Formats: sequence, structure tokens, C-alpha cells
Amino acid sequence: MEELTILEVPDRGTLPGRRFDDSWIRAISALCFVFLLGLIFNSGGAFFEWGTHRDMLRQISVIGILACGMTLVVITAGIDLSVGSILGLNAVLFALLTLHLAWPAIPAAGACLLAGLACGTASGALIARWRMQPFIATLATMVFTRGLAKSISGGEKVSRAVAQPDGSYQYADLPGFFLWLDQKVLGGNIAVVTLVFLACVVVCWLLLSRLRWGRYLYAVGANEEAARLSGVPTGRIKLLAYGMAGAFSAIAGICQAVQEQQGDPEAGAAYELSAIAVVVIGGTSLSGGQGRIGFTLLGTLTIGYLEKILSLNAVSEASRLILTGCIIVAAVLLQRKRC
Amino acid sequence: MLLSMRGICKSFSGVPVLRNVSFDLEPGEVHVLAGENGAGKTTLIKILAGVYDDYQGEIELNGRRVRFPSPHHAAGRGISVIHQEMSLVGTLPVIDNIFLGRELKPRFFPRLFVDRAGQLAKARELCSRLDLDIDLMRPVDEYPLTVKNRIEIAKALAVDAAILIMDEPTGALSTPEVERLYRIIGDLKRRGTAVIYITHRMEEIYRIGDRITVLRDGQRAGTAPVSELSETKLIRWMIGRELGSRFPVRESKPGAERLRLENFSAAKPGTSPGAKRHPVRNVSFSVRAGEVVGLAGLQGSGNSSLLAGLFGAFPRSIHGKVFLDGRPFRVRSPQWSIRHGLAYLPSDRKESGLIQGMTVAENISLASLEKASPWGVLRSRTEAAMARRQVQALSIRLPGIDSEVRQLSGGNQQKVLLAKWIETEPRVFLLDEPTRGVDVGVKHEIYALIRRWVAEGTAVVLITSELQELIGLSDRILVMHRGQVTAELTREEASGESILRAAMGKPWKN
Repeated sequence: MEELTILEVPDRGTLPGRRFDDSWIRAISALCFVFLLGLIFNSGGAFFEWGTHRDMLRQISVIGILACGMTLVVITAGIDLSVGSILGLNAVLFALLTLHLAWPAIPAAGACLLAGLACGTASGALIARWRMQPFIATLATMVFTRGLAKSISGGEKVSRAVAQPDGSYQYADLPGFFLWLDQKVLGGNIAVVTLVFLACVVVCWLLLSRLRWGRYLYAVGANEEAARLSGVPTGRIKLLAYGMAGAFSAIAGICQAVQEQQGDPEAGAAYELSAIAVVVIGGTSLSGGQGRIGFTLLGTLTIGYLEKILSLNAVSEASRLILTGCIIVAAVLLQRKRC
Repeated sequence: MLLSMRGICKSFSGVPVLRNVSFDLEPGEVHVLAGENGAGKTTLIKILAGVYDDYQGEIELNGRRVRFPSPHHAAGRGISVIHQEMSLVGTLPVIDNIFLGRELKPRFFPRLFVDRAGQLAKARELCSRLDLDIDLMRPVDEYPLTVKNRIEIAKALAVDAAILIMDEPTGALSTPEVERLYRIIGDLKRRGTAVIYITHRMEEIYRIGDRITVLRDGQRAGTAPVSELSETKLIRWMIGRELGSRFPVRESKPGAERLRLENFSAAKPGTSPGAKRHPVRNVSFSVRAGEVVGLAGLQGSGNSSLLAGLFGAFPRSIHGKVFLDGRPFRVRSPQWSIRHGLAYLPSDRKESGLIQGMTVAENISLASLEKASPWGVLRSRTEAAMARRQVQALSIRLPGIDSEVRQLSGGNQQKVLLAKWIETEPRVFLLDEPTRGVDVGVKHEIYALIRRWVAEGTAVVLITSELQELIGLSDRILVMHRGQVTAELTREEASGESILRAAMGKPWKN
């Protein structure tokens, strides 16, 4: 490659950032491909109705919120297996606090956020302070929090039916917050849960491209040793990534509880794998140091549309899983840079 | 004649490393290969061992021309290398290590099975020759370094090596272990094995060498029987002519004391036990503002660990006192050190210096990002201005400040690394090999930069394996040997000879 001497560096005012490069085109083309499939197999025109798209967005939002946190972790060259379990714990916790203990929604949500943050930070501490491998540390957190969810719920689903001392059941009123979060707004065109997901995307975007900490996340993932020797507080940055992943999982847990109108201790099982798949399909590399939240948004839409199209066409669950596996492989092969 | 290499030339991306080097070897002799770091010893050995096959010149083994396309082929013709860094797989049993990749094959199904009985018999025989009384079935990691060293030799002998290459084998050994190694080498000689022995140690050369070849700047400075070569002549061969005018005489006007170390100790953690590194022990010295202090020492002498340790790369192993501008300074972390005006340029640009996948601007701003992000919010305008300023000041040649660092040439990458540290406005600059892997032009620019910092009152501690550079740039030179400072030389006292003597642990004054 020929090098040019820059004698007069053009003053473009700001850094142009990373250009709208190949990775974007690949992420978008994967989504377009799936979208095209939907246009062809539109199951009698159902794909042309906005309601279908709205429902798809509503269904994928919880996974999308998890994937936001996963993106931060994957950028630091880590992985977080505990997001599904933290979701389950917080679904139970939120249902317990609002339905059984009749807490108002705001403090209950705050408590859940703190719980999620604590779980994530615990994984982060194992990784940053005691130098455990992310896979193992978050595997431990995953098992631990699932156990915690089962223990505080007594292994039962926490629903509106509250057991009374005399053995009978009494139905608690559904708090207004449940109805508010589960409704559709803007003329019934979009679910509030989807807006929550989009808000999470915006938060991650601000962090990754506008804040110093975001730059440090990339630096730690790309070359931890060089980052550390340049004065990057690598330990704290990892705590931040895993802590945020935990907090996002808590938000996802609240959404899950609201959608199911109960807290299921089994909720979110294997969701971590879907979240990882979404991140990877978007084009964020598991080896760290690169990736964007926009990719994750595209990846979420790709998986969401894929599942929607398959279910619209009444493909059996067995074939659906087989097809999804194949699509993940195809998408990742497509993403790979040709060297 | 067993081996003869003639007219060997080799260059890396256009930079010649070996120029017309010849080397020969008789059966049963110990031929010492000596020279400064970067003289081309390792490259020559790697060509012989089949690591590089894109060289010019020819190699004759037992009178037949050979060219090894891979290390496997070289090993097949009886050339074995005992590596500086161990090549053992720690978790595998000793016996599997000895035969790794060249397992003995049984008569039946030779592609499927391993002749374990045959291997065991041969390994036992090798071990008795090498004084090794160990359980062959236990993992290598359970044995201390000195034993691993001999397992490494057993591995080399397992292929009936005709030529054994030893790259500084005594670096990490204690005196009795060294004696044992000499006995083993004596035994090998009697059996007709030829040994190529790379060493920096003067006493070793005279103790076991039969002949010696000295390389200097990629060329052969000379070959002679060791008994006919005086120490003075040997050192002259290694260093060559005196310096030219690359380093103009500098008015040095040192100011107040900037950095002082008292009984400073540090040990780089986590390095493989095979690496011959000495922890830094009880080092005391001081550097004044506007002064360049050179830190000389052979590889593994501890000078690199001293700089990294001082910067806080491994704060838990630090003992002793550090004073910065007269005030006590606690070594805590790189972040803390940067905040207190220290900068550290690591020798390994790729691994610990730059982030290859990030842009030039992102790399330049990384260590001083707080300046470009008030309240934690990145100001890309400030960052871009920072990068452009440095690109112009250091005349870095690049397509644009948003191009990835990996696209730049080595010299320009080094300038980006320097730019990153200049932006932190350091008061003390710790430089480890600032000119490694850059061409002559960039070297001169870096010399000029160092002179400018010093004129501005920065204190500089400099490590470089190029003696001429060290002597030319430093006001004073401290020489380290086995983790301790063994000599402090003034500008007048410093010469290639005095430094090398002190670095090898000999008295530097006659």
C-alpha cells in the first residue's frame, strides 16, 4: 500500500469515525435477505400488514435488550452466559414485589435494576479481580442466579394468585404498570416494550460512541495489555461491561414478567444463547475490540423476522430450529472478511 | 567437514539481516557463535534449522547440498535446536515430550500406533546419559527448570542429532548445573556430535569453545580457534569500529533531581520459568531533569523489568522507595504513573504498545483521553486536533488520521507510539528500545526527539541493545547484570568494551 505524506491535514472539524464500511453492508444485506424471504413467503399477505411487524418487534424486544448488554461484554472480548438467568431472577423478583408485596412499580423496578447490577458486577469482579475466564465466571453466575430465582419463588410461578394463611387463594389486582408497559402506543402501532428496547440501544450507542468509557471498552477488547499500559483502568471497564449487562438483563426480566403477568423462575432459560447469536449475526466479533450496537439492532431484526416468517408459514418447531441453525452459520460465514 | 554454509544472505522486508555470511562445523567440535543483539545470530540459526527457507547462499551437509523447507526436514537430517524459550508442553508426560512429533513407530500399523516400549527403552538410555533420574510418565511441569533444561536436551538427542544448536543454554542455570551441562557437552563431543553454542558470556566462550565465529551487523567479523583469540580482539570483533558522527556532542545541563530509586526491587510475574529473566534486586540510582541515563544489560539482565516495574506494570512485586521531584511516589498502576508524569514506551510495539485495529487518532489519544473528554464525553474535535498536531510534529506518513495503525510501516507505527506518550506531557520518559525495527532515517528523527525533550527538562531513562546508540545518547550509563547494577559509567568511561564487560559480570576496568 502506498503511503501519502500529509503535509496539510484537511480540517474536517471532527473525526470521521469509522466509515460506513463493508460490515454495515453485510449486516444490512443479511436482514434484507430475510426480509425478502418474508415478501416471498408472505402467507397470504400477512407479511404486508404492519401488525405482523409490530408483533415481531414486541416478541423480539426482550432478546434484543439482553443482546444490548451482551454487545458491551463481547466488545471487551468477553462473554456473558448469565443474562438469561438474571432475567429469570428479576422476573420473579418483580412479580413478587409488585403482586405479592404490593410495592409500587417504581421502587420495585429500582430494586430489580440494583439486583441485576449486583449480579453482573459479581461476574465482572470474578473476571477482573480474580482473573477468571469470562465463560467460567458467568457460567457460575448463571447457575447461582437461577438457583436464587427458584429459591425466592419457592420453585413456583409467582402469579396473581396469592396464597392466604388459611390455604385459599386470592387474586391480586394487576397493577397499572403492567398494563402500561404491555400496551401499544402511537395509535396501537408499536409496543411500549419495543420502545424500551430502542431506548436501551440508544443508551449503548451513547456509551460506545460518545463516552470515554466506551472507547475504553473497545481498547480493552482489542489489546488489554496495551490498554492497561496506556492507563486504561481495565478492571473497572470490565466491571462496567458486566454490570451493564446485568442491569439490561434486569430490564428484560421486568418486561418478561409484565408480558407473562407472572414471574416464572424458569424464564429466560437459554436466552443467553439467542442473545449471543443475535450479536454474532449482527457482525460483532467474539474476539473483541470491534462491533457496534447498530449491528446488534440489525441482528435482532434479522432473527426476529426469521422466526416470524417461519411461524407465519406454520413451519413445525423441529424444522424451525434446524433452519435457524443453518441461517446462523450462513450469516456468520457471510460476515467474515475475505482476506 | 560436517557442515558448511556459504554466502548466506537474508533480508526481512528489504532490510538485510545477513550479508554473505559463511559458517562451518567439524564433527565433535563446539563452535561458539557470538555477537551483539541483532547481529544476526538467531537468523543464521533459523536458516540452518529450516525456519526460514527464503535465503540466498548454499548449505552443504556431509558434502551434499541441502535446503530445508521446514524445521521438520532439518530435524530429519540430524539438526536439533535447544530453544532459549523452552519448547516443551508442560502438561504432557516427559516421555511424550521427548518424542513429540517424531514418535517411534511399531512394526504393525505404524501410522496408527506408537511404539511405547521402544520409546521407553530409548528414553531410559538418554536419561542415564544426561544424569536424569526422573519418572518419565509424570508431566514436565512437575520438574524444576534445571531438569526441564535437560529434558529439552534429551528431546534434541532423541533424533540422533549430528548437530546440536544451543541458544544461551546456561542463562538460567546455577553453577553446579552449568558444570553438569559442560560434562554433557563433553560427552557429546566424544560421540562426534557437533555443537553450535550461542552465548554472551566471556568465560563460557573460553571454557568450552573450540572455535568461535563472531557476527556483527549481519556480517562475519571473523572466525578463529578460541585458544588463539585474545579477549581484546574478540571484543573488537563484536563491536567493530568506533562511532561516527551520528550523535553530535550535546551540551548537557542537568537540572534538579527528578527521579530517585532506593533499593528498588521488582519481578515480572507470570513469565514462563524457562525464560531466563532475573528479578530486579535492590537497585538505587537517580536521574536529573534534562539528563539521559542509559540502562545497559544483556537480555534478561533485568533492565527491561526495571522500567516496566517502575511504571507500574506489575505493582504487587515492587519493593523499595521511589521519589519523584523529591516527593515519595508509590508505584500503583500505569494509570497512576501517567497521572504523575511518567511515560513508558514498551519494547514490544505490536503486543503491548499499540492497538493495531484502532485508528491512528484513537491510538494517539488513548493515554491522554481525559484531556479530550471533559465529564467523560468524547470531544472528537479535540481528539482530531491532538492527532493532527502530532502527525505534523513528528511528520508521520499516513493516508489519514482515521486509518488503522496496522496499515502503517514499522517506523511510522513507532512514531504513533511516541506521539501517544508525548501527548501525556511526561516529566520522566522511560524508553525501552525506542528504535527497534525502524530504519536509519527514523532512528535519527527519534534521536532528535530525545535531544529535544532533554533540552526541555524531561528526564529520560533509555534502554537500547545498540551499544553505539546507548553511548551516543546517554549522559551516564548504568550497567545491569543478573538483576543488579554492576557499574555506573560516565560519558568518558563508557565504551563498547567497558559496557560489555560489566554486562557480562566482569570488572569493567582493567
